[in-house]
Amino acid sequence: MSEYDHDHPHEPVAADEPPSGARARALEELLLEKGVVDRDDIRRRIDWLASRSPADGARLVARAWVDPAFKERLLADARAAALELDLDPGPSPVVVALENTDTVHHVVVCTLCSCYPRALLGPPPDWYKSLTYRSRAVSDPRGVLDEFGLRLDEDVEARVVDSTADIRYLVIPRRPGGTDEMSEEELAALVTRDSMIGVSEPAEPMPATT
Amino acid sequence: MSYRVGQRVRVAARPHDGHHRTPGYVKGKTGRVERAHRSFANPETRAYGRDGLPEQPLYLVAFAYDDVWPGESRHGSDRICVDIFEHWLEETA
Repeated sequence: MSEYDHDHPHEPVAADEPPSGARARALEELLLEKGVVDRDDIRRRIDWLASRSPADGARLVARAWVDPAFKERLLADARAAALELDLDPGPSPVVVALENTDTVHHVVVCTLCSCYPRALLGPPPDWYKSLTYRSRAVSDPRGVLDEFGLRLDEDVEARVVDSTADIRYLVIPRRPGGTDEMSEEELAALVTRDSMIGVSEPAEPMPATT
Repeated sequence: MSYRVGQRVRVAARPHDGHHRTPGYVKGKTGRVERAHRSFANPETRAYGRDGLPEQPLYLVAFAYDDVWPGESRHGSDRICVDIFEHWLEETA
């Protein structure tokens, strides 16, 4: 019981640590105690994760949009394609790029946890890790996409990819119309994180000012 | 890699006591091999501090929605693709 009496009993409330935080801290202490990692390993890993951003994935997509031969290499081996652009593809030995077309739309989910190509897209959004997204992206992909503001045409196949194992998946969204004159750098600015997860299309180009 | 792209395979329906990466919703379901990736350490033993050897081949298997949740009306051509290790797959006609 807390020092303040009120009408229901409960465990003492730790003001600012959720149970998952306490669990993570307990695991960290165990790993340190057993010598699996040291504190500097953990700090460096967090530093690396926080330094990643979807800008890297966007560079891959923009290059694929302007260079068909690069796109073929990206589809064949996304890890090698990332290294080609001096990007860090991360620790996963296999990264797979999935191309959205006029007939197929890919959506990536990890139903068992929250597997995500963090090296190329940065930390995943909170919703990606939520039980709601993880279950509903599989059971009702069109409904989920609709809630993200993306209505798929009837003649487009929704292809949900559940990354349950060692492969990390990255979606190559369709290039928006009206972008023929844009540079690779301008195109990269249109490629959003969500479009590389597959829950949205890339941003539309700004209308030309007259 | 015992299975080839396009081949029909069934996911074993067996329960598994302990860590494994085969989602329950595809156990016992039949799909088609979409990609044959390569082999990886087996997470079922690696999760317990062992080396995960022998490595297990990993496949991306595509399922029609009708085969996963029969009778529920979903868009006909939509598919759900899941990475499944070979020791969870069985040959099927």
